[in-house]
Amino acid sequence: MSYRLGVDVGGTFTDLLLVNEKSGDVFTAKVPSTPHDSSIGVLNGIEKVCANAGIDPKEITHVMHGTTVATNTMLEGNGATVGLVTTRGYRQVLQIARSYVPGGLGGWVIYNKSNPIAPLALTIEAEERMSAQGKVVRKLDEAQIEAELIRLREKGIEALTVSLINSFANPANEKKIKRVAARVMPEIPVSLSSEVVPEMQEYERTVTTVANSFVRPKVQTYIRNLQRELTRKMKNVQLHVLRSDGGLAAAKAAEETPVNLLMSGPAGGVSGAIWVASQAGFPNLLTFDMGGTSTDVCLVQDGKAQLRRETTVGDVTVRASSVDVRTVGAGGGSIAKVPELTKALRVGPESAGAAPGPAAYNKGGELPTVTDANVVLGYLPADVKLGGDMEIRKDLAETAVQNIAQSLDLSVHEAASGIVDIVNENMCGALRLVSVEQGHDPRDFALIAFGGAGPLHANALGKLMGSWPVIIPPGPGVLCAYGDATTRVRDEASRTFIRKFSDTDVDEVARIFEDLADVAAKTLDKEGVARKDQSVSYQVDVRYHGQGLQLTVDVDLKQLRKQGLAAIGTPFDEMHRQLFTFALELDKELVNLRAVVQGKPTKVKAPELKRGGPSAKAAVIADHKIYAGGKMRKAQIYDRSKLKAGNKIEGPAVVMEMDSTTVILQGHTGSVDKFGNILINPNGGAGKGGAAKTSTKAATAKKKTAGKKQAPVKKKTVAKKPAAKKKAAVKR
Amino acid sequence: MPAQIIETSNKAFKRKKVDPITLDIVENAMLNARHEMDAVLFRTAMSPGIREQGDAFPMIANRDGKMVVGQFGSFIYGFLKGFNDTIEEGDVFLTSDPYSANGAISHANDWLLLKPIFKDGRIIAWAAMFGHMTDIGGKVPGSLPTDARQIFEEGVVIPPVKIYRKGELQQDVLKLILHNCRLPHWNLSDFNAIVAAIRTAEKRCIELAKRFGDDIYYSALEELLDRNYRAMRKLIQTTVPETKQYFEDFICDDGMGMGPYKIRCAMWREGEKVIFDFNGTDPQSIGPVNFLLNEEMFKMFCGVYMIMVFDPQIMFNDGFYDLMEVRIPEGTLLKPKKPAALSCRTHALGRIFDILGGLLGQGSPDFLCAAGFSDSPHFMYSGYDKKGEWYQLYQIGFGGVPGKPSGDGPDGHSLWPSFTNVPNEFLESYFPLRIETYETLPDSGGPGLHRGGNALRVGYCFLEPGEISIHDDRWLTYPWGVNGGLPGQRSQKLMLRTDGTQELMPSKCDRVVVNSGDILYFDTWGGGGWGDPLKRPYDKIQFDLDAGLVTAGGVHRYGVVVGADGQIDAQASDELRVRMAAERGKTKLFDFGGTVEELKARCKAETGLEPPAQPEFPRWLKTDQTAPKMKLAG
Repeated sequence: MSYRLGVDVGGTFTDLLLVNEKSGDVFTAKVPSTPHDSSIGVLNGIEKVCANAGIDPKEITHVMHGTTVATNTMLEGNGATVGLVTTRGYRQVLQIARSYVPGGLGGWVIYNKSNPIAPLALTIEAEERMSAQGKVVRKLDEAQIEAELIRLREKGIEALTVSLINSFANPANEKKIKRVAARVMPEIPVSLSSEVVPEMQEYERTVTTVANSFVRPKVQTYIRNLQRELTRKMKNVQLHVLRSDGGLAAAKAAEETPVNLLMSGPAGGVSGAIWVASQAGFPNLLTFDMGGTSTDVCLVQDGKAQLRRETTVGDVTVRASSVDVRTVGAGGGSIAKVPELTKALRVGPESAGAAPGPAAYNKGGELPTVTDANVVLGYLPADVKLGGDMEIRKDLAETAVQNIAQSLDLSVHEAASGIVDIVNENMCGALRLVSVEQGHDPRDFALIAFGGAGPLHANALGKLMGSWPVIIPPGPGVLCAYGDATTRVRDEASRTFIRKFSDTDVDEVARIFEDLADVAAKTLDKEGVARKDQSVSYQVDVRYHGQGLQLTVDVDLKQLRKQGLAAIGTPFDEMHRQLFTFALELDKELVNLRAVVQGKPTKVKAPELKRGGPSAKAAVIADHKIYAGGKMRKAQIYDRSKLKAGNKIEGPAVVMEMDSTTVILQGHTGSVDKFGNILINPNGGAGKGGAAKTSTKAATAKKKTAGKKQAPVKKKTVAKKPAAKKKAAVKR
Repeated sequence: MPAQIIETSNKAFKRKKVDPITLDIVENAMLNARHEMDAVLFRTAMSPGIREQGDAFPMIANRDGKMVVGQFGSFIYGFLKGFNDTIEEGDVFLTSDPYSANGAISHANDWLLLKPIFKDGRIIAWAAMFGHMTDIGGKVPGSLPTDARQIFEEGVVIPPVKIYRKGELQQDVLKLILHNCRLPHWNLSDFNAIVAAIRTAEKRCIELAKRFGDDIYYSALEELLDRNYRAMRKLIQTTVPETKQYFEDFICDDGMGMGPYKIRCAMWREGEKVIFDFNGTDPQSIGPVNFLLNEEMFKMFCGVYMIMVFDPQIMFNDGFYDLMEVRIPEGTLLKPKKPAALSCRTHALGRIFDILGGLLGQGSPDFLCAAGFSDSPHFMYSGYDKKGEWYQLYQIGFGGVPGKPSGDGPDGHSLWPSFTNVPNEFLESYFPLRIETYETLPDSGGPGLHRGGNALRVGYCFLEPGEISIHDDRWLTYPWGVNGGLPGQRSQKLMLRTDGTQELMPSKCDRVVVNSGDILYFDTWGGGGWGDPLKRPYDKIQFDLDAGLVTAGGVHRYGVVVGADGQIDAQASDELRVRMAAERGKTKLFDFGGTVEELKARCKAETGLEPPAQPEFPRWLKTDQTAPKMKLAG
């Protein structure tokens, strides 16, 4: 028997999902994260999930992993000390950047630029020059650069980036400097701009490569440790890491270009959410991933997350594709406080994290957190245990929240309720960023909640946003791992190839495409993906000669050989017309050629629940009280594992499962669908939600659908957009 | 006769109550539509000036033509007043004539397109956008002749015309215009791009009106304008004094050897209204440095500046226009009479922002910013390459952002919204050029507690014979410092010929012949410093030293002593600072680096260039020099 394992390491918990490749059966486990060395947590989790499934860890053949190591390194600014080599005259390429000042007219008045991640003091210039056509204008002075590199070494750099002018056209000098560096500083990892992102535009290429160097040592150590530990337990296991764009990268590729992992963790959650929601028939989603330290949200339209050609972490933007996820520093571990000066109640962004954690976890934390507030309010029941491993101490939570209550002269319940309201408002702001502020009406979307704390707050957020239904997938804590396990191995290789159509030889282009495909395929070969299981697709970025934009056109190599460049030109004109209302009678030019190779999708069958009647009585395990509307009210606690498809749960209610707890508020009902998702809707009428088959912008007529719940749309009825539009990826 | 708007429905719009969530959705959706206009334009335009540098400005206005989203404020009122024809569904208007559009655009390179957005027979909004065309014909490539005396020398000037009549493109008109341009396919593509952008806005506005209903949409726009009016009224009340404040600044020369030209403005508040009076500004130039300043646009500059300085949370639109009055005397540099040449107006346009800063800030020095990169220097290079193909480059320069209350000014950046530099790899791929140097100049930012940003040096190495033009300023007058901060370094252009000779170029010149291998060092200027440089923390100075942004020689002005190891000697520096502070005395509110007379006297020695001559003004103009003398503290 062979198994695949999805692993997601969050700030607080590590989630694991084990998939039986044949039967599609899934097993989950959740263990505390071990921030000082994440691999310990991962191994603990593997032991546990294998015990749950009753298998030997050796039966696991593939481990798919989403990680936040790269992201955290950028955010915390504790990456490597990076040295940078530029061409003579370009030392300040990062300092000048694109000269852009954000904020509109007068924006400079409040704009304070942060310092480059490769300090100017550690930036040196090489005597060399390449022309834009890739011809050597000045030969590299190897003696000079060697002396400079020695100087840099003495300053204690930990990683080196080489980014020379026009290296996209000819990487020879960058390669030479890499050889010199290997001699001068053999232990220092070197990133070349011509390898990380071989595309025109010196600033973007440099900042991307420097970011790569910045996070690389940490990511490398992390992946190597993990791989070593995994190999110790499971002989022939292959490790894959989830990339920011939702594809999987081989461990080696991930190690070398970690700049592609900056959104790895969030991409896993979004992929998982899309997979689960598409099973349930909801293509339009707001994803709501609330963890211990932060919350990630993303807008999904027609089953696709928005992809961006760039990734922004903190205030650095690099050229790497990523899922468009926004993050706020609000989570279950967010600490509540009352500043002496203002006497206002503030929640976060400081977090108690996994250690010392919330007070209720009894691991040394004493400050009141959002989790503690949830315990006080009864949303996280302390006295009922379902074999979950986390002990919850209500007395400790109350003591912690009591401090807040005293400062504000409130009851402990009122204070806890205030903490929850404020953190909900903060997260609401993030959801508005991806919806309202992008011109989307949140009422046209379903809200899917996951992450350790998502289901606790989801109903309240659905109310604030008007997004119905609120979907709570089964095993919501493990959804990121679901995403990790269901995505495909992927690699791409690209090359800038600027040539007017009129000067282009089709055979040459086809040959380059094949070479690129070979480069990408080899990465997959190394991962043991057989060639027959690899699928290759080709893309080309095209524009009218003289234009700045690039539109990405999918290329069929056979058609290209048969029809010539018309196979690219005709769809480009059509796409240009569709996007911008006009096409031009001008010569076109190729800009970038790209081959994308993907492995087979993993088939994971969503397990189905047994059908039952509307009554969920059989699943009630305890009578309980929760705080709502200013007082404690009677509520039932349900065991999620005993729920059947078709069951209805009246709020107020708490649904518990091993790795998560869902709150259903008064005036709302949760219905269980056949996959075990709980769909929460307000009593007496929901909005149209994410099931609406048209996109928001088209869904203009705002009819009230009071008293009528929207049936989910079957997958096949989802309106298909014209193929050309789907393929269009615009970038500058 | 003003324009006659033809609507097929006379149903009145009803002002309704808009719930706060809907209002936020409409506001954000409108902002998003505006950004979408930018995106469409930047992606499809051909002129690098528009595409890479964002020299184009979108706007969406309400039914009455008041800007709801945009940057430069609405010019629709001025346009309607001057347009003598009907306005119907499907019409798109085009103009490049500053005089017909009351200064909505200020030189003929800017093509302004305007479209009324109709829904069910009624106008629900207006979409407009203008962009800078690389070339519009005329006597020099780039169409900004530094020696023009009349607008007729500055290329094709398009009066307001219906370029689409009820949805149909007027091919003949367009053909006539394009025939007069050096790069007609660029103009055509840019034209198409702007049309596409305003159609995007049209689509979004109609969608919004459908989604919420016409009345709610209409009411939401009104409410957004009102919201801004209320916020600005409060801001004006609390920040603008009733006593008159004066400020003046200069354009160094006119490209014909005369200068400097004075721009002077007074500001005071009467009740809830703030008044700006440009009385005392120099008469119009006989050259092309005149800037036809649209009063409404000035209000927007001013409002935005106030918002940014005092309370950046306020969203800006045209709602506050009634709270401001702008008086610009006719026949001055800022309201020249037709047919005065206008093409090189960029210097005066930029300088307006320094003047605004000085005016608004002198009453509240904590909010005062130094003078900075108040210009868009241009560089042009054109000719025939080896294959006999015409090449023509138009590029905007960047420089030192001023020191400001919130911190240092960035080095080699832009003061203009959404401007970005053109990647040098792009330039080298498409033009016969090699950029040998692209760096900021150490010590060029004005010293201060918050340092002014450094000037940018671009070293252009020409690979084909051709001609270049330079448009820059601040080579004579300094980017001034404030609150004790010192001025930034002035601009300079140095040509290195292949035979080894060096040549200082004037700040504004045309048709300079270059040969293969010649190198031009195009140095812009640094931002002024903010606050006392003797109080700048040592660690910040050390950081700049290590980074090479200031030099061991240059840090003396911060009262700092650097040892042979490149490290600041804190003890020696402490002593030096005490001594320097005593010698200097009280810090100045403004440091202009000398009076105009002093600067002219030192000009040759300091800049290597002859000082400009006293401007000759058109004799037929009456000038009013009775305005009170400027009084400044410090």
